[in-house]
Amino acid sequence: MPETSGLHLAVALDGAGWHPAAWREPDARPGELFSAGYWADLAREAEAGTLDFLTIEDSLGLQTAGRFAGPDDRTDQVRGRLDAVLTAARIAPATTHIGLIPTVIATHTEPFHVSTSIATLDYVSEGRAGWRPRVAASPDEARHFGRREFPRLTPETVADPAVAAQLSDLFDEAADAVEVVRRLWDSWDDDAVIRDVPTGRFIDRDKLHYIDFEGRWFSVRGPSITPRPPQGQPIVASLAHAAVPYRFAARASDVVFVTPSSAEHAAAIVAEVRAEEVSVGRSSADFPDRTQPALQVYADLVVFADERPGAAAARKRRLDDLDGAEFSTDCAVVTGTPGELADLLLAWRQAAGLDGFRLRPGALPHDLSQISRGLVPELRRRGAFRAGYAERSLRERLGLSRPSGRYQIGAA
Amino acid sequence: MTKQVILGAHFPGVNNHTVWTDPAAGSQIEFSSFAHLARTAEAGMFDFFFLAEGLRLREQRGKIHDLDVVGRPNTMTVLAAVAAVTEQLGLAGTIQATYNEPYEIARQFASLDHLSGGRAAWNVVTSPDAFTGENFRRGGYLERGDRYVRAAEFVQTTRELWESWDSDAIAADPASGQFLRAAPPGGFAHAGEFIGISGHFTVPRSPQVHPVILQAGDSDGGREFAAHSADGIFTRHSTYDAGRAFYADVKSRLARYGRSPDSLKVLPGASFVLGDTPAEAAEHARHIRRQQVSPQTAILMLEQVWNTDLSSFDAEGPLPPFDPDPEAPSIIQGRARMYDDPVAVARKWRAIAEEKNLSIRDLIIEVTGRQTFTGTPASVAEAINRSVQDDACDGFILVPHLIPAGLDEFVAKVVPLLQERGVLRSSYEPGTTLRDRLGLGPARPAASWAAARREHIDA
Repeated sequence: MPETSGLHLAVALDGAGWHPAAWREPDARPGELFSAGYWADLAREAEAGTLDFLTIEDSLGLQTAGRFAGPDDRTDQVRGRLDAVLTAARIAPATTHIGLIPTVIATHTEPFHVSTSIATLDYVSEGRAGWRPRVAASPDEARHFGRREFPRLTPETVADPAVAAQLSDLFDEAADAVEVVRRLWDSWDDDAVIRDVPTGRFIDRDKLHYIDFEGRWFSVRGPSITPRPPQGQPIVASLAHAAVPYRFAARASDVVFVTPSSAEHAAAIVAEVRAEEVSVGRSSADFPDRTQPALQVYADLVVFADERPGAAAARKRRLDDLDGAEFSTDCAVVTGTPGELADLLLAWRQAAGLDGFRLRPGALPHDLSQISRGLVPELRRRGAFRAGYAERSLRERLGLSRPSGRYQIGAA
Repeated sequence: MTKQVILGAHFPGVNNHTVWTDPAAGSQIEFSSFAHLARTAEAGMFDFFFLAEGLRLREQRGKIHDLDVVGRPNTMTVLAAVAAVTEQLGLAGTIQATYNEPYEIARQFASLDHLSGGRAAWNVVTSPDAFTGENFRRGGYLERGDRYVRAAEFVQTTRELWESWDSDAIAADPASGQFLRAAPPGGFAHAGEFIGISGHFTVPRSPQVHPVILQAGDSDGGREFAAHSADGIFTRHSTYDAGRAFYADVKSRLARYGRSPDSLKVLPGASFVLGDTPAEAAEHARHIRRQQVSPQTAILMLEQVWNTDLSSFDAEGPLPPFDPDPEAPSIIQGRARMYDDPVAVARKWRAIAEEKNLSIRDLIIEVTGRQTFTGTPASVAEAINRSVQDDACDGFILVPHLIPAGLDEFVAKVVPLLQERGVLRSSYEPGTTLRDRLGLGPARPAASWAAARREHIDA
């Protein structure tokens, strides 16, 4: 079947799934959440559904029930995580096509290490890597490093101008980190390794470049220790709920995950994102020669799916009862049959011009296999999703060309 | 009692030892090269795979060094991928304590230990310099005397983090609804001279609890650091006599920290050349040495002693007639200083060149980096075993000169001979961690390491 629609579908993996009681499901593997086999199985299941890519959540602090709270005393929810980049690297050789986008904290960490680790993920996956830069604003995470003090955010203080300015600074710092990471990826020209026996030179040193980044938070000299990765520029994807992170995405990302509550809301968010693209000079009729492709917008949805009508909603209610509260999170939560979900996805896509969706399985592995074995075949029947993998790299799958290095002599 | 030989497989480094001009030389960065070497080592029943690290490209006379292999992956990320293509092999990564934070390092090694089923090892290095620091937000220069003090506190802090989850912290019992036995897990607080952090660690206790800690560095401070903080020491003392002296010295330092001699493994780096006859091996070794020392490399290595531009000299001609200027600022950046007394080295080299009538290139071939073991498989196996049994070391970290196939012949020809002698396993014992395999026993608690160190310092 020729691919005509270009719909992109990703899956967001975290612990036993996004519902806090998901680990108690009969098919859950709560004792294996920290093992390689668990993650490799999930990745292979996502790949069986020919999904574009998977993301892996991460944080420098423990999960918590309250959005702004520190570590809590709940013993009935999953706590603890492995490093997402290393998890992605561990599953890369176990898969062949699916893109791998781990979360990486862009503040606190060293941009140099982030750059080499994602470049290396791109090597070990042969061109399937990306990362999701994340800002760490909590005082708990800051104390793990002992170098900065952050105030605790609350729903009230977020509105405080001083706190808002501090948050805005963190996004600026993250944008600087992404800029350094991107420059370091380009700091080796693609043809820098020459292996020229007559002159005894392994590299042409003129094809290696100092990046000389100097910013408010750090300066980085370069060049990278790692040659330019297979994709040239691995994918940068960010999650955004408001204007400041939309702007960050417009400046720094290839893909943005947004959290609409309805088709209309999705359309409004897409318009907001496009406006930020214009304001940062990424996209506008005034910039006809822009070199950066448009930011791709995916809607995030937590998904509960079952073949039998009503079963998914009943399952979610059962999990809610176990957890003692109705599940809600930063994005919309949908339940339904694969057919109902396909209807919803296509309707939202048409109404809002979304490029795709990042589906967060309510429970693992159940809702992931409902996506790969139920939703995907349903979309295929409607001619709305690829029948198989065609492209080699993640960039190609997302319709992005491989850019020349920015320092390459003769680069456009 | 017959000792078992410990074997590590060093992925060839970014120096002239790694021959890239040979037709068999493959990619230094493609994952297939790492997978090949690791799988070969595992087929040869090695204990671990070993990666070095450098965080800034070397420069000489202000220019990026271009004669050797350049470019390598992120250590942790490539090791996590190697975990996927091996099952039993240990995974040792060199990571700077300077340009990283204890919380991150602890998280990464604990994650690697989980993802590999208990195979992680950390080779701790501490060589901060302002040159490398230019790539990092925290810069990174420390007084020489402070380096090992901070490194010890750094390792101590990571141990505290690795222990922060109780071994039975996770119940994961759907029936009772209890995922954790107590919450929140992973609490820690470290307030020391260099590091002050607190909070909750995110990674549950890993299979080894503490990944194996290696230390690289032969100085007195490095030896002492190994004695109070490490499970193994990676040394340059690979020859029999130097090894025996080093071994005795390092092991003698253990008692004052309450440690037994076999709790610290002495592992020299070693290279090897094989041949069907001694003459063939020697000829092969000469050929490799010429590959390792190109005319351009010979001049460059001479400059490392003379500390000045010698590019106008002919590598096939005689040495410079003048001595090095010991006061001149170093022309080399991004690697450790190689010669403590360059004037003395230069005079010695000139004497050798005059006596044997050697060109610059022939001299460099003669005086630098000769292979540790050259001979038939039987003689190499014998030399390795003799060093181990006679306490010149506990094993070797072998450094092949070719990527990716440099270990193939060793595994095919020498490994079976070591196995015949009963000093190398014929299969891995299932369900064991790297720590078990090295005979290190269960991880000693962080508090015990700290107390032993404190007692000695206070005493």
